[in-house]
Amino acid sequence: MFDLERWQEIFETLRKNKLRTILTGISVASGIFILVALLGISKGIENGVKSEFEQDATNKISVWTGVTTKGYKGLNPGRYVQMKNSTFEAVENQYDDYFEYRSKDFMIWGGTVSYNNETGNYRIRGTLPDNQFIENADIGYGRFINESDLEENKKVAVIGNKMKVDLFKNEDPINKNIQIFGMNFKVVGVFYDPGGDREESQVYIPVSTAQKIFNAGEDIRNMSFTVKMADNFDEAVAMSNAIAQGMEQKIKQIHTVAPDDVSAVRVNNTLEQAEQIYSLIAIIQAVFWFIGIFTLVAGIVGVGNIMLIIVKERTKEIGIRKALGALPSSIVSMVLQEAVFVTMFAGLFGLIFGLATLEVFGPFVEEMTDYIKYPQVDFNTALTSVFLLVFAGGVAGFIPAYRAAKIKPIIALRDE
Amino acid sequence: MIKIKDLHKSYHMGSNSLHVLKGINFEVEEGELVSIMGSSGSGKSTLLNILGMLDEADEGQYILDNVPIKNLNEKIAAKYRNEFLGFIFQSFNLINYKSALDNVSMPLYYKGIKRKERTERAMHYLEKVGLANWSHHLPSELSGGQKQRVAIARALASDPKVLLADEPTGALDTKTSYEVMELIQGINDEGKTILVVTHEDDIAHMTKRIVNLKDGVIIDDSRVEQVRASAHV
Repeated sequence: MFDLERWQEIFETLRKNKLRTILTGISVASGIFILVALLGISKGIENGVKSEFEQDATNKISVWTGVTTKGYKGLNPGRYVQMKNSTFEAVENQYDDYFEYRSKDFMIWGGTVSYNNETGNYRIRGTLPDNQFIENADIGYGRFINESDLEENKKVAVIGNKMKVDLFKNEDPINKNIQIFGMNFKVVGVFYDPGGDREESQVYIPVSTAQKIFNAGEDIRNMSFTVKMADNFDEAVAMSNAIAQGMEQKIKQIHTVAPDDVSAVRVNNTLEQAEQIYSLIAIIQAVFWFIGIFTLVAGIVGVGNIMLIIVKERTKEIGIRKALGALPSSIVSMVLQEAVFVTMFAGLFGLIFGLATLEVFGPFVEEMTDYIKYPQVDFNTALTSVFLLVFAGGVAGFIPAYRAAKIKPIIALRDE
Repeated sequence: MIKIKDLHKSYHMGSNSLHVLKGINFEVEEGELVSIMGSSGSGKSTLLNILGMLDEADEGQYILDNVPIKNLNEKIAAKYRNEFLGFIFQSFNLINYKSALDNVSMPLYYKGIKRKERTERAMHYLEKVGLANWSHHLPSELSGGQKQRVAIARALASDPKVLLADEPTGALDTKTSYEVMELIQGINDEGKTILVVTHEDDIAHMTKRIVNLKDGVIIDDSRVEQVRASAHV
């Protein structure tokens, strides 16, 4: 195998038969390249969809209200359903054992926030401490809203990183005062959110403070909860669904809304969507794997085919070599080493080319769509495919080579 | 050098059996230049193939340089071919993607000789056949006569005991044929044992002994006055 003379002979043969070498190489390299690209894109879609989706906790149930569309118990349609602190407490009391985190929010969609000479328009959101976990927010500096802020209606704010960059530039924002609608709030923390700039362009303040300064009384805009996860995903989805339905009926009952009024109270069950999205991802992956495996099979068959033809074409040469004193084993190993070398070299080339393509074009694709992120391939999977192809090329080369080495030289020589 | 006793060979094609060699006996001494003649179907090619260990006899004895050639497996046959024999074919049988030099060094490669020495020796034999200037040409760039010279150089390269030539002039015109025969005579003059299969009388008379085959038996085996090919060129 490591006989230098033999390798020289093989390189020479490959060099002198460029077309054959290149054709074999292309079919192997393109097979691996396509496989790597497919697996990369499939991984990218998975990452993209997941990250798009996991901006917030995946086991989240959120409740929003709107305007009634149906009359019920003497009340006219067109009435806005206003949730109160008491609505939140009623839901919390009933389902508390199933909840991990809970939050009620009162928010203003856009408000002026300024620091010194810098001013911007941001969402202002009164919330509870638990919301940090429901929103999947990470604290960069300082802390999030805490219980004592709520109890004392403190004027404290946790700003998003985008806001920090806009208003404070490189300055440390902690314990500085910002003005929200002209009122001073002390910045106690900066948060990051996987949702990106949009989610980081908001400021969290205690919900009690928000209700007070905006004269909202007991009003809340929405509530969100995360459900404790059962061990089994399907069970968790079922439980989450049951809670979401129960909660919806409860809220409708409290606010005297028709049970079949879908737009007045909307309960959004993220886990149910998660299940759908995960099964979608699984289908996408299965499709890509299916295509990938058959690409590989096509590659293997192609390589096998080429090897068969090569050996057939070289029957006479093999006869000549045998007449000149070549051992059958040296004929077999010659054909095999060539096959393995070409497929290995081309396979690794396709692999590197595929990985490089993902590396180079990945960022462009990521910019174009939110649904593809970090298109990458498991290196081991890709390497395994290369070796599988090399092995197949070897086997496909071995059988005809073995047969050719067995032919009597006189018969091989007659082959025209 | 070569001893053959009561050699038999049949070919089987379906239910038909063709008895090609029906008891051949002959001996060749070292340094002889022998032609084997016969019309097609006489069994001359079969005999040469058996002598060349490209094919095996059904019955009989074959002794080459005091080594009995029998029960050959592929490995031993390959070794003997490389060690004892040099082949010259009618259709040259050069490897078409290798240069003249590489073709000539091929038997040396299978002998396990290092590249440098291989190239030197191959070059030496190419010079001997007068093609030193063509060493890097591919067979497709050579004329028929030149190709056969390369093949002769290749046959000589491993310094075999016996050269076997199967219709070496069969694909060549008369003038080129004589040139090739002149070369073969020259090699024989240096003491090499050579067997030539031919059906051409003039070529046969350029050897020193003619063995005539008909229907699988030797009908005539006689020494002849050698005609020097150089007289015709």
